[in-house]
Amino acid sequence: MNFPDLEKTLKIDKVGVHERVNRFCKRSIKTSAKTHGLHLALSMIDLTTLEGKDTPKKVVQLCYKAQHLHDSMLDLPTVAAVCVYPTLVGVAKKELIGSGINVASVATAFPSGQSTLEVKLNDTKFAVDQGADEVDMVISRGNFLAGEYNFVFDEIAAIKEACGKAHLKVILETGELDTLDNVRKASDIAMYAGADFIKTSTGKISPAATMSVTYVMLVAIKDYCKKTGIKIGMKPAGGILTAKQSLQYLVMLKETLGDSWMNKDLFRFGASRLANDILMQLEKQESGIYQSLDYFSKD
Amino acid sequence: MSKININKSWKYDESLESTSHIKLKDKYDLFIGGEFVKPLSKKYFNTLNPATNQSIAEIADANDKDIDKAVKSARKAFNSWSKLDPKERGKYIFRIARMIQERAKEFAVIESIDGGKPIRESRDIDIPLAANHFFYHAGWADKLEYAFPNKKPTPLGVAGQIIPWNFPLLMAAWKIAPAIACGNTVVLKPAESTSLTALKLAELIQDSGLPKGVVNIVTGAGKTGAAIVNHPDINKIAFTGSTEVGKLIERSLAGIEKKTTLELGGKGANIIFEDAAIDQAVEGIVNAIFFNQGHVCCAGSRLFIQESVADIVIEKLKDRISTLIVGDPLDKNTDIGAINSVEQLKTIEKYIEIGKKEGGEIYQSKCSLPKKGNWCPPTLFLNVSQSHTIVQEEIFGPVLAIQTFRTIDEVIEKANNTPFGLSAGVWTEKGSKIFRLTKELNAGVVWANTYNKFDPSSPFGGFKESGMGREGGLHGLKSYLKFE
Repeated sequence: MNFPDLEKTLKIDKVGVHERVNRFCKRSIKTSAKTHGLHLALSMIDLTTLEGKDTPKKVVQLCYKAQHLHDSMLDLPTVAAVCVYPTLVGVAKKELIGSGINVASVATAFPSGQSTLEVKLNDTKFAVDQGADEVDMVISRGNFLAGEYNFVFDEIAAIKEACGKAHLKVILETGELDTLDNVRKASDIAMYAGADFIKTSTGKISPAATMSVTYVMLVAIKDYCKKTGIKIGMKPAGGILTAKQSLQYLVMLKETLGDSWMNKDLFRFGASRLANDILMQLEKQESGIYQSLDYFSKD
Repeated sequence: MSKININKSWKYDESLESTSHIKLKDKYDLFIGGEFVKPLSKKYFNTLNPATNQSIAEIADANDKDIDKAVKSARKAFNSWSKLDPKERGKYIFRIARMIQERAKEFAVIESIDGGKPIRESRDIDIPLAANHFFYHAGWADKLEYAFPNKKPTPLGVAGQIIPWNFPLLMAAWKIAPAIACGNTVVLKPAESTSLTALKLAELIQDSGLPKGVVNIVTGAGKTGAAIVNHPDINKIAFTGSTEVGKLIERSLAGIEKKTTLELGGKGANIIFEDAAIDQAVEGIVNAIFFNQGHVCCAGSRLFIQESVADIVIEKLKDRISTLIVGDPLDKNTDIGAINSVEQLKTIEKYIEIGKKEGGEIYQSKCSLPKKGNWCPPTLFLNVSQSHTIVQEEIFGPVLAIQTFRTIDEVIEKANNTPFGLSAGVWTEKGSKIFRLTKELNAGVVWANTYNKFDPSSPFGGFKESGMGREGGLHGLKSYLKFE
């Protein structure tokens, strides 16, 4: 675990990034490529509920949906994980036993991250003790923007240690980082500090995930892998609502990081509404007609 | 539904643009005096689809007499067109622009079939830009007095225009729009391998009701072009094409009172500084040399990378070109289409051989290529210097010569060390460096942190062997006018 040489962080040109992203969006994904892509996207979803009003019963319902996306359609994959607050990890864990679906928990004073390291460590340990397979932490954006990069790095490293066997996803909250240069810098800090995944957003700040931000993070992951040989995962979260968007993200993933990243171990979508739109498209692929959203369960 | 195995690698399916809506004739005559007329030469030649080398249609081969007929028709039309209320001229040009937009899809598909460029480019770049050129110049038609105050601009007369095969419709628009906006009439010859969209434009012009003879479109090869250049009743020659032919034209026009603009070859320097946004610069390199299969006069075909970042730029560039898809121009996912002709493919292959023979280190993408047709994978040459043939001569294909440099002075000297002077690119996050380079690079256009961006309002043209005169913008209008 070395602190990255931020002097050498590659610069980012926003206009150039937008142009590149536009090219990804122009790929035409049809017929069996579309069906395959949508199945893949479905398998990468972290089905999420992160509300103040979440209750155990709500989480039970969500966990059932995670395992039964649309039973009338055969051979569907399940989603990758269910993502909840630490207090509800125990509920989700129990519901998902034997399903192969992971339980992810946000932690570290999510979503603002405005608390002491001690609170954040306890938050993390609690989630892991409750059975979380994955922890989604937030970085201290205030410290980052104040230039206290070492503080951010040390905090991530400490949380990583507290995670034990659980996988650590580090949320950069790119909507608060202002520039793509900052996104790149924060990505490097997170990876060098021990992140298993880097993640764009909490979903509580607008803009959440964008393709431009995700692209910059994917390139950071690629550069990190070239240097260290370690493959870091990527999770865009928030704002990915449609099947079409998910295919555009997959195109970007494929053409930036290659086929070896095209699985749920290395790529996730943090989304609550995406799954049903994908299901609707898959139905359309099969039957040729669109069905009403009322034919897909909302949990 | 067949069972999906998401553990298998995900591939894009073929996604072909539909061709059912396009209307092509088997045989195209000459467009003279507002009508399609049979060539006096009685000769025709075939235009081929470079992706299959199969014939698409027969095209008339105009001789001296046909050209004379076209020039006479243009001269006759000039008398009334030049006197028409300029605002009315503008209306006709606006109408042509709108009709191109309406028929954009048909033009795009034909451009890709006839010329080999990927449908993504003809759909998103060539055709919209062609319409934009008509829109832009339509606006000038009744404002020439304001564009050149107190100079009393008047049209020149009949313009002979000869255009290349790399951007067929766009070049036709680029030439016709300013000429007729200024009150001139036109005899235009498209390149022999890509005449179809110009002929479709002739049909569109017919439908637009433009007065007969204002635009005449004649087809044929070099001889036909020579007949235009040498016709005594033409007042202006506008040529875009190779430096070799440009020199011939210039020689044959020496001492004759014909205005000339030449837009010729290039060997653009694309310069990457260590303080550039590296990943976006790599995109810029790709866009600079692989746009339109490298058939671009202003292509960034000489790459200069500052030594401290050379390794990382080259590594990223190699990675990037491995994702470029070479194949059917009509597939919406194609990045690089077919080489325009068998002849051009031979030229490119000849240069690749020379590059290897002279000791350049070649790197080519391992992408799959279709079996039939004319194809060339994206090609890099490393470890070359200013003394290598492939660095000095224009290849006009997807072949990039890569050199490194250490200092700003060194790269400026090398970038200018070429007989050409059309274009250059500069990649740095430092503004002052950009200003220094734009001042000192001897190139008609210098792009900063981007490449191959075109706009009708921006003048385009070169220094030295890249040609003379400017097209586009106010500068471009000037070369279709005379002043008191």
